[in-house]
Amino acid sequence: MKNLKKKFHFRINLKSRHLLAIMTMFCVSTIAATFASGISTAPLKDAAGMVIVPFETSINQIGSWLTDVRESFREKQVLIAENENLKAEIDNLTTQNNKLLQDQTELERLKQLYNLDEEYSDYPKIAARIISKDPGNWYDNFTINRGSEDGIRVDNNVIAGKGLVGIVTAVGPHWATVRSIIDDSSNVSAMTVGTSDNCVVTGNLELIDEGKLSFQQLYDQEDKVTIGERLVTSNISEKYLEGLFIGYVSDIELETNNLTKAGTVVTPVDFQHLKDVFVITVNKQDAAYQSSSTETEGEGNEE
Amino acid sequence: MKSKIVLFFTILACFLLQCTLLHVISIGSITPNLMLVLCVSMGLMRGRKCGMWTGFFSGLLIDLFYGSLFGFYALIYMYCGFFSGYACRIYYDNDIKVPLALTAVADVLYNLAVYALQFLLRGRLGLGTYLQRIILPEVFYTVFITLLVYRVFYYINYHFMNATRKESESIWVLK
Repeated sequence: MKNLKKKFHFRINLKSRHLLAIMTMFCVSTIAATFASGISTAPLKDAAGMVIVPFETSINQIGSWLTDVRESFREKQVLIAENENLKAEIDNLTTQNNKLLQDQTELERLKQLYNLDEEYSDYPKIAARIISKDPGNWYDNFTINRGSEDGIRVDNNVIAGKGLVGIVTAVGPHWATVRSIIDDSSNVSAMTVGTSDNCVVTGNLELIDEGKLSFQQLYDQEDKVTIGERLVTSNISEKYLEGLFIGYVSDIELETNNLTKAGTVVTPVDFQHLKDVFVITVNKQDAAYQSSSTETEGEGNEE
Repeated sequence: MKSKIVLFFTILACFLLQCTLLHVISIGSITPNLMLVLCVSMGLMRGRKCGMWTGFFSGLLIDLFYGSLFGFYALIYMYCGFFSGYACRIYYDNDIKVPLALTAVADVLYNLAVYALQFLLRGRLGLGTYLQRIILPEVFYTVFITLLVYRVFYYINYHFMNATRKESESIWVLK
């Protein structure tokens, strides 16, 4: 009996260690497979998404319902005051809008002159809501509640009201994961609006608290780029559409190579409280293709 | 079989909470690591093998949705669960101090592993900043969360799952 017990004990001991070794081998090999040969885990992701995402959506719905309930308990006085403010604002905006409409027609005319087809506001967009976030603290990815059936594809750009938010990295039927530009592993090719100098904007975990990103490799010999300069996505970027607003330069200094400059960028997007985003459903490649085709059309018309 | 199903749903529930609710209660954009608490608790209460499987599947879920390298988090969580399983033989699991200490240690190791393998290798050298900004706050918050949720896991273990044969693994009973 004692022998049997000993044997049993020995067997279990051996087994758990062996199991650990086997599972370690398995994990290491999957890491190597995805890292080296880029084997896609999309089918697995789809399967998991089918199970998980409905729950996340419903939790999110409950959350927003609770916020609605809380909102509806707000005091009447506050609402009345707010209403008055808003009315005043409407008057303001109406006058502004009239002015803008005039500007708009002028802009249209000028655009036709300059043959600028591509404009930030012209991209087809769909609204999406963030339903879950990266479980760890090291990265900044999130999942949105729209997927391939709503027309979202991998590499679609994601924007919020004021600027660029990120890029779609994986997509399922009714969900998509987005890597935000403040994520430590994100790189965006950018350019300055004033001088059209190119640089690379990278997320940096050490700057996240200040709502900043860092940029490098800005070639600016004549010191024309100053604090407050606007950075947008560049024309040579492969994945980001041209002219999406990234942020303002808040800090700039010469890099140690004495050739290029580096510094920090303040983003206008509040990543801490981001809830709704817009996904641009065209990719850079499509846009390039479209513009080339319209160009040829335009030439045809002129002839 | 019953305990496996219960474990599966516990992992799923923890993952969902981790991705949604815990971000709502995050302090200074630091969220506690509930998945790690689950791995450590299961390891402590049910032994190495169970800790290992819990860790593997919770890591796998994270990998499926947010991982850049498939299998990376599975590996780290698996080792956290496995090594906390060693405590199963040594300590009683109805004392709250043991899981607190274990979670703290496991969380430090987990974060150091993520830093070393994903940040240091990309040339991000500021360990001090990361330690102060992410690792230590997360450890404190996670330990605090353990204080609240360990009782829940304990209850799940003893009311919904089959009893583990702790005696069969114990070094004192057999020798």
